[in-house]
Amino acid sequence: MTAGLMSAHAPASDDQPRRIVVRRSAGDRVFRGVMRAAGIAVLTVTAMILTFLLARGVSAFRRAGFSFFTTQSFSVGAPKFGIASLLTNGVIIAAIALVIAIPVAVATALYISEYAPRALRRPLIAMIDLMAAIPSIVYAMWGLYFVMGRWVGVDTWLSRHLSFIPIFRVTGSQTLQSTFVDAPFIVGLVVACLVIPIITSLCREIFSQAPVAEREAAYALGATRWGMVRTVVLPFGRAGIIGSSMLGMGRALGDAIVISFLITPVYYINTHVLQSGGQSIPYAILLFKDSGPQWVAALMAAGVVLFAMTLAINVLGAVVTGRSRSGLVTV
Amino acid sequence: MALTEKGPPGPAAQAQEAPAPAAPRQRRVRIRRFSTEGALSVVGAAAGSLALTWVLYERALPFNGALGFWVSWYVIFLLMYTAVAALQWDGRVVRDRLASLALGTGGLLACAVVLIVIVYIGIRGLRAFLNAGFFTHTMANAGPLSPLGAGGVLHGIVGTLEQLGLATVFAVPLGIASAVFLSEVGGVGSRAVRTLVEAMTSLPDIIAGLFIYAFAILTLGLQDSGIAAALALAVTMMPIVARGSEAVIRIVPQMLREASYALGGSQWRTVWNVILPTARSGLATVVVLGMARGIGETAPVLLTAGYSKAMNANPLHGWQTSLVTYIFNEHAQPGANDQARAFGAALTLVVLVLILFSVARWLGGGQPGELSRRDRRRIAREGARR
Repeated sequence: MTAGLMSAHAPASDDQPRRIVVRRSAGDRVFRGVMRAAGIAVLTVTAMILTFLLARGVSAFRRAGFSFFTTQSFSVGAPKFGIASLLTNGVIIAAIALVIAIPVAVATALYISEYAPRALRRPLIAMIDLMAAIPSIVYAMWGLYFVMGRWVGVDTWLSRHLSFIPIFRVTGSQTLQSTFVDAPFIVGLVVACLVIPIITSLCREIFSQAPVAEREAAYALGATRWGMVRTVVLPFGRAGIIGSSMLGMGRALGDAIVISFLITPVYYINTHVLQSGGQSIPYAILLFKDSGPQWVAALMAAGVVLFAMTLAINVLGAVVTGRSRSGLVTV
Repeated sequence: MALTEKGPPGPAAQAQEAPAPAAPRQRRVRIRRFSTEGALSVVGAAAGSLALTWVLYERALPFNGALGFWVSWYVIFLLMYTAVAALQWDGRVVRDRLASLALGTGGLLACAVVLIVIVYIGIRGLRAFLNAGFFTHTMANAGPLSPLGAGGVLHGIVGTLEQLGLATVFAVPLGIASAVFLSEVGGVGSRAVRTLVEAMTSLPDIIAGLFIYAFAILTLGLQDSGIAAALALAVTMMPIVARGSEAVIRIVPQMLREASYALGGSQWRTVWNVILPTARSGLATVVVLGMARGIGETAPVLLTAGYSKAMNANPLHGWQTSLVTYIFNEHAQPGANDQARAFGAALTLVVLVLILFSVARWLGGGQPGELSRRDRRRIAREGARR
């Protein structure tokens, strides 16, 4: 069959499609070159950040060796120092923030895209954008002077009644408030406020692209609205939720100001999230930037670790969300 | 037809109904969001759980703390609402109602946080904000014990505006150009650039500060100054502007591009005279939102700008205070007046963000290419002149 067709067409085979050659004017070539250069600038800046931080921090890596990653004490003058406590305590705070932020953000995104009356939708989106625009230092002041005192009661209760869960145990006195203020849990609560708008706006964007035909099919099969959301919108948006949470994680790991306002720095790994004391790499950078060249080298090395880690998480998050966002293909 | 039938039936309906006049009159189905029993269930459960929580929390059990009270109330409210709903409806409906309630409170919580933050900063900051000297003085003559009016935030505002302005000048052309690259030029490297732009938007801001510190200050020998802070801010703002602009340029209708090409326009003419003007309101929104983000970035400025108590209007030379470094340093001072000034500066910052934000909303009202009333007047004027 195929062979027959081929032979039937064989005589006309010199009738080939014309090759399309785009001949761009000189102006266009310059224009494309300049725009491409601007795009490449993003790559260059990223590469420069890595290069300069590495160049400045390599002496600290060399001095501390592998113990840079395993030593908890960050006394840079000593022969052995490391970022183990900074990194781990920072990750603990970020994890608490995400545990609080993800459910709230996904719920908000679902509410805006699926439940809210049409008239409420735009104001709600504006509200979330505003939440993202409020500076972190304002959240930090609010957290220190407003949230802290009002939240300590919850922490006290948690430690008293749920102390069979290891992370809720405290080693200090349970009756002293000073055991509970400046604890990772409270910091995580405030950092969650920075993360919520990021996750919400990305998720909302993705949820609203769930295919209409499948939504209507679910309704036609008798689904309630929640049934439709559970079987159509959430599976469609799963990659988006994961990806945007990763981008939120990058933000939470990188926060310096809220942590610097709210926490008492300690240089051991504090796994008791209700107990005072914590630290993170960004806060250490703020704290020790004026302590001399050795310290600056150590901070640059810590910066490299933070940068590499968040960049990896964010790129992964961007790839995952990018894949589920349609219509983002370059022409 | 049957659903909307209410008034006197029309001739067609009469003809249809004529064979069966005994058919029971159909009740009109009204599609509503709220039903009486639904609303009353929510209100009842809310009131009942509030009372129960109050008795348990304040009287019976040894708890304290206002936020703890509301958390407990919410949990009890959900439980009570489930019980009330289960009495009336079957399981599927109960789950549906419970889900919409829980999702709704998620949205409510996010809005509540924004409002509480703004109101709280407003209340605490008002004393300094309304003080006569706050916007006309610097901290040059203010000591720990001097009265509230002796010190102000003038040098911080000047610093913030200069640093933000410079950062915008650096970041916006680059950001929009890379957005044009992503959406119009494409080709080699565009995927990598897009992924990196997305990743850089939520990169730790302190890394930008540390980079400028390592690059401009330690390597190039620049001083801690306003321009260094502006560079650091530009690094954080650029990806935000690029990402937003790309989304805006992407929704310019494809027809406009094709029309321009069909008229013989070259690509850069098309971008310059068709695409960018069409996307103008959206781009302006993106830029202003980027500025709103940049104005509050604290960590990069702390690393690169230095801090001075006196006015320094020259961003190229010497330490320069901005609003964020002002708050950071003043809040750590022991004096009550210093605390009040820190809150006053925070309120100033929030007001600036709100202004930028409203400007962005006002600019971004229209669809791409939609003419504002002013545009239409301008076109009419130009037409009349011809």
